[in-house]
Amino acid sequence: MSSKVIQAMYNDDDILMDAVKEVRAANHHIEEVYTPFPVHGLDKAMGLKGTRIAITAFLYGCVGFSFSIWMMNYMMIEQWPQDIGGKPSFTFFQNMPAFVPIMFEMSVFFAAHLMVITFYMRSRLWPFKEAENPDPRTTDDMFVMEVAVDENEQELVSFLENTGTVEIKVTEK
Amino acid sequence: MSSHYEAPIRRPLIVGDKSYHDITVEVAAPVEGKANKLWWTAFTIALLAFLWGIGSIIYTIGTGIGVWGLNKTVGWAWDITNFVWWVGIGHAGTLISAVLLLFRQKWRMGINRSAEAMTIFSVVQAGLFPVIHMGRVWNAHFVLPIPNQFGTLWTNFNSPLLWDVFAISTYLSVSLVFWWTGLLPDFAMLRDRAVRPFQKKIYSLLSFGWTGRAKDWQRFEEVSLVLAGLATPLVLSVHTIVSFDFATSVIPGWHTTIFPPYFVAGAVFSGFAMVNTLLIIMRKVSNLEAYITKQHIELMNIVIMITGSIVGCAYITELFIAWYSGVEYEQYAFLNRATGPYWWAYLLMMSCNVFSPQFMWSKRLRQSITFSFIISIVVNIGMWFERFVIIVTSLHRDYLPSSWTMFSPTFVDIGIYVGTIGFFFVLFLLYARTFPVIAQAEVKSILKSSGEAYKLFRDAGGKNPAPAKKITKTVKTTPKVVVEDASEQKNTLLGTLGVFDAATQTADDLKLISGVGPKLEKTLNTIGIYSFNQVSKMTEKEYDLLDSLLDSFKGRAKRDDWAGQAKKLKNNG
Repeated sequence: MSSKVIQAMYNDDDILMDAVKEVRAANHHIEEVYTPFPVHGLDKAMGLKGTRIAITAFLYGCVGFSFSIWMMNYMMIEQWPQDIGGKPSFTFFQNMPAFVPIMFEMSVFFAAHLMVITFYMRSRLWPFKEAENPDPRTTDDMFVMEVAVDENEQELVSFLENTGTVEIKVTEK
Repeated sequence: MSSHYEAPIRRPLIVGDKSYHDITVEVAAPVEGKANKLWWTAFTIALLAFLWGIGSIIYTIGTGIGVWGLNKTVGWAWDITNFVWWVGIGHAGTLISAVLLLFRQKWRMGINRSAEAMTIFSVVQAGLFPVIHMGRVWNAHFVLPIPNQFGTLWTNFNSPLLWDVFAISTYLSVSLVFWWTGLLPDFAMLRDRAVRPFQKKIYSLLSFGWTGRAKDWQRFEEVSLVLAGLATPLVLSVHTIVSFDFATSVIPGWHTTIFPPYFVAGAVFSGFAMVNTLLIIMRKVSNLEAYITKQHIELMNIVIMITGSIVGCAYITELFIAWYSGVEYEQYAFLNRATGPYWWAYLLMMSCNVFSPQFMWSKRLRQSITFSFIISIVVNIGMWFERFVIIVTSLHRDYLPSSWTMFSPTFVDIGIYVGTIGFFFVLFLLYARTFPVIAQAEVKSILKSSGEAYKLFRDAGGKNPAPAKKITKTVKTTPKVVVEDASEQKNTLLGTLGVFDAATQTADDLKLISGVGPKLEKTLNTIGIYSFNQVSKMTEKEYDLLDSLLDSFKGRAKRDDWAGQAKKLKNNG
């Protein structure tokens, strides 16, 4: 199978959406779509699965929550219990109300940062990473749909030409 | 096709007939252009104030906290006032980007970037004060629960001051990450437009290689939503915990359960005022009036009015509860605030915070830019005095009448405060020249629903969604295909545009046409195009012909409207 792709460029999000639906209906494989802004409904139209990143955030939040409990219990109750201002810290549950703010802050801290790090890793975003968009205009006002070429290149090109594209490029990947 | 319908009663959030490309160009303009004199003047003033602040901080650290106006009765004054004031200002940014996102308020998109920048910069200022107030700043890491040479010596997790350390650092770091994630697509836009290699390198680095794949956008939106969900309780917790610094004490005037909601409302109130101050100037200086519209300012004024009224209610509730509680110390604390030696500060606070926002009930006043600007400054002054009143007047009359005293700031107190204002504006002015100050990717996503031209089109009975200026021209190119009949096409092209005669005509500088660089000019010259006159005659057909002759730059001539530009240039020349 060839690794050729056709990059069809569109200048409007609605035209792109229709094109994506047409291409999918004609059973061509959409490799990727590059857009300058979030086009709502595009992921569904492309048949992308939903993202699970919110679930990871919940799990990370649980980690932060547990970590804060462990940390405060170890530091305040176990290792060196003190009587501060007539409020002895000898059992976790009696002291717990004073720990609530930090439990909350740590849960948020872990959930937010680890989720964002996960996002950056999964979407391959980090400093000194080279951008991979096929055309600089895709961050401005152009939308590029990348369709895999299976057999008949000419047929696919002429099919895409009728979807309202403004430019078509065939490239090796 | 997805529907872009939005109720006609909602006023447009993007004024004028803008295309996606217009948004890109106008958001990038302040970054790509040169700074004007006004910017340099403001920057110099801010930098001088900042330097004065640094001097005062160095003097404080070198000599000791004794150089401040604090005394044994008033042990907290300007430093904590400034700290709470700056943290409070920060709240509006998170409120705009997180709470308004959860409520799906589209008007946040024009202002969220700058509001978040303001949040981060002001929390940085806020954080400075407790750190300096520690005295021995080189031991600042002692506030963190890190293993140390004392083995079992840990921080006291029962203390609201330690809660503050956790709250502020979580708030600062989460806001920063939220802001940066939103910035990635906009940095990518600047990166892809950058012409000079240095800029290209910097924005490539800052954009983390953002590419804009459909999956990335899906995750981006989910991450934004979850971060908003996390940041909303976080921002409420931050000022709640700041208020605990006071509320958990046994000082009359501080020891009240109303503090958390009252402080949060006050924070939002002062924060929105600061956003108004900054954006009213910025929309003018950076020519962003189409994106930060009067509608935005009016909505912010409404928030100021509501939160100002909540703050007013809190003031009155405090007075009532002081009387109703029957506690003499409490009653005296509030009576002393209003009628004691600091009555003028109390009066300033009341008039600036409770009285002045009530003008915003008038539609005419809240739509006036000048009036909004004045009120925003008044509110910021009032909110500074609110903190001063709460802190200093509660302390200066303590339980022992023999230690009653007054507080007067020294030049060092004033220097550090002015210094943080300078530092804040240094950061904000630098930001305004180097960052995309509007979340352009998000603004593009609401163009069709909230853009003025699209709304007018629908109001006039146009079909929804309004049609894009559709060009159904298809250019098929494969890298391997060589245009064989180039000479023939060249002749057809020159046939309509007219042949350039070097003997009788002078060649124009085609680089003056936006979109034409030195390389493209050379290519055009080889085809036989030298003058504006020729370019101005281009129509659809010629554009197509030109495209088939060029290897790169496809569709460029049409997009940038070379013919129109050339016509203008021809007439000017």
